[in-house]
Amino acid sequence: MSLDIKKTYKLFIAGAFPRSESGRSYEIKDKKGNFIANPAQASRKDLRDAVLAAKNAHSSWASATAYNRGQILYRIAEIMEGRSEQFVAEIMAMESVTSKQAQVQVRQAIDTWVWYAGWSDKISTIAGSTNPVAGPFFNFTVAEPLGVVGIVADEKSSLLGVVLGLAPVLAAGNCAVLLASQKRPLSAITLAECLATSDVPAGVVNILTGLSDELTPHLASHMEIDGLDLSGVDSKSAAALRISSVDNLKRVHSFSAEKSPGRILSYMEYKTLWHPIGV
Amino acid sequence: MSDFEYAPALESKAIANISKDYGLFINGKFIASHNKKRFETINPANEEVLAKISLADEVDIDKAVKAARAAYVKVWSKMSGKERAKYLFRIARLLQERSREFAVVESLDNGKPIRETRDIDIPLSAAHFFYHAGWADKLEFAGFGDKPKAHGVVAQIIPWNFPLLMLAWKIAPALATGNTVVLKPAETTPLTALLFAEVCQQADLPPGVVNIITGDGSTGAALTKHPDIDKVAFTGSTEVGKLIARSLAVSNTPVTLELGGKGANIVFEDAPLDQAVEGIINGIFFNQGHVCCAGSRLLLQENIHDEFLSKLQKRMSKIRLGDPLDKNTDIGAINSAAQLAKIHELSSSGQAEGADIWSAPCQIPNKGFWFAPTIFTGVTQAHRIAREEIFGPVLSVLTFRTPQEAIEKANNTPFGLSAGVWSDKGSRILWAGNHLKAGVIWANTFNKFDPASPFGGYKESGWGREGGRHGLGAYIKGAK
Repeated sequence: MSLDIKKTYKLFIAGAFPRSESGRSYEIKDKKGNFIANPAQASRKDLRDAVLAAKNAHSSWASATAYNRGQILYRIAEIMEGRSEQFVAEIMAMESVTSKQAQVQVRQAIDTWVWYAGWSDKISTIAGSTNPVAGPFFNFTVAEPLGVVGIVADEKSSLLGVVLGLAPVLAAGNCAVLLASQKRPLSAITLAECLATSDVPAGVVNILTGLSDELTPHLASHMEIDGLDLSGVDSKSAAALRISSVDNLKRVHSFSAEKSPGRILSYMEYKTLWHPIGV
Repeated sequence: MSDFEYAPALESKAIANISKDYGLFINGKFIASHNKKRFETINPANEEVLAKISLADEVDIDKAVKAARAAYVKVWSKMSGKERAKYLFRIARLLQERSREFAVVESLDNGKPIRETRDIDIPLSAAHFFYHAGWADKLEFAGFGDKPKAHGVVAQIIPWNFPLLMLAWKIAPALATGNTVVLKPAETTPLTALLFAEVCQQADLPPGVVNIITGDGSTGAALTKHPDIDKVAFTGSTEVGKLIARSLAVSNTPVTLELGGKGANIVFEDAPLDQAVEGIINGIFFNQGHVCCAGSRLLLQENIHDEFLSKLQKRMSKIRLGDPLDKNTDIGAINSAAQLAKIHELSSSGQAEGADIWSAPCQIPNKGFWFAPTIFTGVTQAHRIAREEIFGPVLSVLTFRTPQEAIEKANNTPFGLSAGVWSDKGSRILWAGNHLKAGVIWANTFNKFDPASPFGGYKESGWGREGGRHGLGAYIKGAK
């Protein structure tokens, strides 16, 4: 018989797959208590590196055409499709689900990318406006990306939760720093491998694995993070994170597990421009 | 050639029926505050007492919130949008009818020139009610779902720089979307809010739909912490806004915040310079610079610096500072002794840190609080006067060489409320508009406001928008 080649689950920062700078890892087990892997246990420094990578990637990602961003999001779906079996296997290892349920989850995750891919060049049409002000001015409002969004994804469905968090943030033109589920991080890292081989520019998505209690406070207090998605945080911990997020008035939300254009708009800002009309 | 002198053109105070003292407006009636405590509101132009105002405490606040809750449950939430709209239209008309009286009272209580209260504050306040009246029965078309729902009871805290206008920005959308309101005006400018309470009575607005409680910072803090408040809206300093946001983080009560700014006004070399000078003047000296979206940093392209500065100083020398009730007055009184002290402190820091100060040669009246229009040149980005909101008639001048540098400097602030761009080149204006991180961009104009135009900030300038379709979202449950 031939021995399995086991995967090393690492972080995803600035398009590369480093181990934690702290040299730490932690053990995760499957639902029967068997060893699965030793993913990296990210440190605060890793988180700061991830935020820096996201910040650096933002201006070119935000200024890419919406058409281009839409194609890149669609490309993620294409790449994921080819990895379906691996996603199904990982979901089954981590979650108490049947093979059928795992397949449905993977299908939904891929479809979610396709759905948001189409939104990237439509959201501003839906959300923007020209405003009939009482004077000789042309006045219009557009929705613009916020910047860097920290995501703690809902972990009930470990792959779908991650995609529901990432896709709207990217469709809006934001960059993301995502904390993978502490107990179920495999899907997030495999997704990172899809992102790395699709056309997503390095740094647009950064994914960290590790201990939630250690990392989330730094995510909430980091002054270069502009928005937070706390969908995967319980309500008690969320209160403390909201308090520290006020330091730079982050836009903080959490969502139920469904897709909506409101999820995109939650991480966009409205900008209104006035110009006089005259000859 | 000698200049023409302006003869005073004083607006009469006779139209202002200011009572000696005011109660709290709760459940449709003016009532005495529970602890009988009073404070005075003064005319900042001569320090004379205008009226005694009630200081609301927790007991009064509870009474006001209960009145608002009862009005919400029994009357306002059951009323159709069509009928709510009629009340808002009535209020708009009453404000128009009493606009001259409101303008005079606002000018007396705030210190701002009558020209501004008459032409801007009061007509825009009426326009805000008129605009939102029209939304009240059309909310299902506003993009917030088929059945948009109100929050319930809304606590609103407003600043002293545009007292009635800020009230209108808060109350009009809240009522249009079906909320009831407890509003606290600023400590130093309560009068037009109390006059507005009379307007609510004249409009026959159901008791408890609007409640006005007066007081100081402690009153505001207690109001936001009342357990039966469903939503808080605040306009004021970033510092206080953060305190409110933290205090509501545990309950996760929805909050909108309209906070500070340090707006950059960028003048490119190809700008129409004379027009730009007028815009810069309006950007920083409108309302004594007590404007959150003021263009308080002037970014000049280096090759036009000297020419522009001499034009600016020449224009500033013609600014008329003085009696706010004089229709010729451009710059009125600073709103309070405390604000004047803050402006002096920051202005001194500018000198201490090495910037060069120049003030317009204005005659400063003997009584009251005044500050001459002032510019600092040789300002660096590290200076406090380039980083902190002064909220007074003080302009910091910086320079840039390339458009990229202008954007970098303009965005180099935790604030993101407003920015200005002056250029004759369309593509450059749109490029700058794209890259500026601010909620409102004025191109070849500045400090324009309209109820149809969303207003609000990026970054630490706040959460949410006021005005336009987008502003309705602040008062609709779960709106994104």
